Amino acid sequence: MTRGFIRHFPGNLSEVKLIVNGVEYEFDLDPRTTLLDLLREHLGLTGAKKGCDHGQCGACTVLLDGRRVNSCLILAVAQQGAEVTTVEGLGTAERPHPVQRGFLDHDGFQCGYCTPGQICSAVGMLDEVKQGRPSAVTTPGDDLLSDAEIRERMSGNLCRCGAYPNMVPAIRQAAGE
Amino acid sequence: MTATVGTPLARLEGPAKVTGAARYAAEYPQDDVVHGWIVQSPVPRGRLNAVLADPTADAIAVLWHGNAPRLEPADDPELDVLQSDRISYRGQPVALVVAETLEAARRAAQVLQLDITAEEHDAVLRADHPGLYTPEQVNPAFPSETASGDVDAALAAAPVTVDVTYSTPALHNSPMEPHATIARWAGDDLTLYDSNQHPSGIAATVAGVFGLEPERVHVVTEHVGGGFGSKGSARPNAVLAAMAARVVGRPVKLVLPRQAMFSLVGYRTPTIQQIRLGADPDGTLTAIDHAAIGQSSRILEYAEQTAVVTRHMYAAPNRRTGHRLLRLDMPTPRWMRAPGEAPGMAAFECALDELAEKLGIDPIELRVRNEPAAEPEGGTPFTSRHYVECLRTGAERFGWAGRDPRPRQRREGDWWIGTGVAGAIYPTMAQPSTARVRAVGDDFEVAIGAADLGTGARTILTQIAADALGVPVDRVRVRIGDSTLPKASVAGGSSGSASWGWAVTGACRQLRETGGDEAVFDTTELIEKQETEGRHAFGAHFAEVRVDAVTGEVRVSRLFGMYAAGRILNPRTARSQFLGGMIMGMGMALHEEGVLDPAMGEWMNHDLAGYHIPAHADVESIDAAWLDERDDQLNPMGSKGIGEIGIVGSPAAIVNAVWHATGVRVRDLPVRLDKLLCAD
Repeated sequence: MTRGFIRHFPGNLSEVKLIVNGVEYEFDLDPRTTLLDLLREHLGLTGAKKGCDHGQCGACTVLLDGRRVNSCLILAVAQQGAEVTTVEGLGTAERPHPVQRGFLDHDGFQCGYCTPGQICSAVGMLDEVKQGRPSAVTTPGDDLLSDAEIRERMSGNLCRCGAYPNMVPAIRQAAGE
Repeated sequence: MTATVGTPLARLEGPAKVTGAARYAAEYPQDDVVHGWIVQSPVPRGRLNAVLADPTADAIAVLWHGNAPRLEPADDPELDVLQSDRISYRGQPVALVVAETLEAARRAAQVLQLDITAEEHDAVLRADHPGLYTPEQVNPAFPSETASGDVDAALAAAPVTVDVTYSTPALHNSPMEPHATIARWAGDDLTLYDSNQHPSGIAATVAGVFGLEPERVHVVTEHVGGGFGSKGSARPNAVLAAMAARVVGRPVKLVLPRQAMFSLVGYRTPTIQQIRLGADPDGTLTAIDHAAIGQSSRILEYAEQTAVVTRHMYAAPNRRTGHRLLRLDMPTPRWMRAPGEAPGMAAFECALDELAEKLGIDPIELRVRNEPAAEPEGGTPFTSRHYVECLRTGAERFGWAGRDPRPRQRREGDWWIGTGVAGAIYPTMAQPSTARVRAVGDDFEVAIGAADLGTGARTILTQIAADALGVPVDRVRVRIGDSTLPKASVAGGSSGSASWGWAVTGACRQLRETGGDEAVFDTTELIEKQETEGRHAFGAHFAEVRVDAVTGEVRVSRLFGMYAAGRILNPRTARSQFLGGMIMGMGMALHEEGVLDPAMGEWMNHDLAGYHIPAHADVESIDAAWLDERDDQLNPMGSKGIGEIGIVGSPAAIVNAVWHATGVRVRDLPVRLDKLLCAD
């Protein structure tokens, strides 16, 4: 049994500048490096998690220029000059972001592995709601923060522990702050 | 001092988890680290003759059976990695590539050529397969078969009978954190940062494989991103990372790609279960027969205890349970949350619903009428059994009264509405563990090699220690997640809190009594003296579903669990665990299914896009509650295990509710919409 060959990457590195959690970095990167691997393997920002590496679980969710993205699906070199916010950039244990506080107050997690992605996703989602963007379940005039809306809008972030029921009130609490 | 056990203390690692500071296995910085990537067999059976590496790929090392270091044979043959040319399942590791970067390792693995001689394979479980046999024991050490009375005669004489076959599919644990290891050698000392449910067990296993004394291997497992059974024992990633690190002389990081987890970390066996019930017209069961079929791999006999749960549940004078197993050219099934109980009760509680329908008796009343006074097999008294109270109280809270028993009666717009009930049981276990407590100034340090997979173990052990010491929780620091700490049992079998809490209680009480600076307590003797029968947690699950009359889509509008599970140590984390189990049960009822490609011997849907685990939008109204159950015969805390019981009854409650909504009995899980539409 033989597998096909694809031409090997010749080894040229690509320059890219990124602002991560307010700090400007310049990298010489293997162009195959995803934003997620850049954060985890090069910057030591392991808050963004790798659950599937295929954009199927949402554990790697970060904010890219303010919008939530699956960082495993993004090549870092394609984001020249972009601003990235990870869970580490949202708040600290002493001064948590309202969404982080909501997750703490409502036990919105168990193992914690999907949690940074859930939190970044919720931050991005609340901004989308603020902009009045509809979801798949929206009908005009709806409350964009009903339970059904929150669940629909968060469905790109999987949680195998099943902490979903506690995340809904956590996110609603944060939305009120 | 006010007791802290029983109060909703927030998870102690919560701030670290919500800020990204909590470190999981692959997240420990290492100087000079290199990356490993597993190459998996593309055929289910055959021999690997040779590998040919692409010279342009930047691999530091390519290990395969032709050059890999020799290992000591492991108890689990799956850990004998790269030791033989034999391929026993598709996805088996046949080579390991090591490179400077993740990108290079992945690339080098992709272009590695494998010279394989493929052989005919057999991957399909079926009830008429000539290879089926009766294993000597089922997981972990139960007799494969039990029988009392004359089941066949009783069934022949019974005025009402049910004879149904249910099947459940392969299910995949799918914890969010993939199995991962960083291995680093210093001479003959090995450090593993590893994601697992049993640090000291992993250390002992890996030490054995490398011919080392157990204390030479140090396993660090501070935070674990879920396991659900799949991280209960060492997986190939731990051995491969250690092997590679030894060969290249540098730390090696090895994280399983999500796709690899479907073949390398175990899964729940598919089952085929024939259930035969005989009853008098008043609902009294006269015969119970539960015959289960499961599968295992060529390399290891794992026989799931699917029908064992029926030995404990209902009274009947004539009864029989049995298991048969088929070995296939497939990956090895292993533990997944409530192995045995979950698929066994999914089938049995549906069969009981069918009997209730035939008898014209309310399904709750049918269960109440067959409540045993003691263990139905063997007659051991129960330390506590409040199953009937769970059914009654749960029914009240759920709003069961006045339910029209007939199916397909309630229609709201496009939706058929139905409700269903199912019982739940999970054995209460404790396993030998040791804890140490030290006075450090005004504070106390408690140490035990336990693991917190998201269960809340760290928090609960802190509460237990604080009460036993008579101090507030902020004066107690609990250290877990490290194999060099006093030896703890596996975080499995819903036994963590009981096993570790017992050792912690013992050590703290001893320290208080002796007034010294340090106390160590080992529960081995106490636990070996304990009776093991007659100890269970019980529960009742209630579901309301709506089924779209046009599309067949099933939605779970309400899901409720009522439990009698001993003393609840922390209502906050307990509720989360109950709900999590129920939600995984919803996945079992409606969504999850490892779909086999028989031609390739492979799970076709081997990723999180193809294998759907419940998502936010799948979970609507859900709640759990519990009785204030006291049981002083179990352990010093009076606790029962709660991590698994939620998945034991919720699948059948949902499937029964689907029948009530639609009139369709789906006997092969999961209930997909095509099965409902095609039944019309």
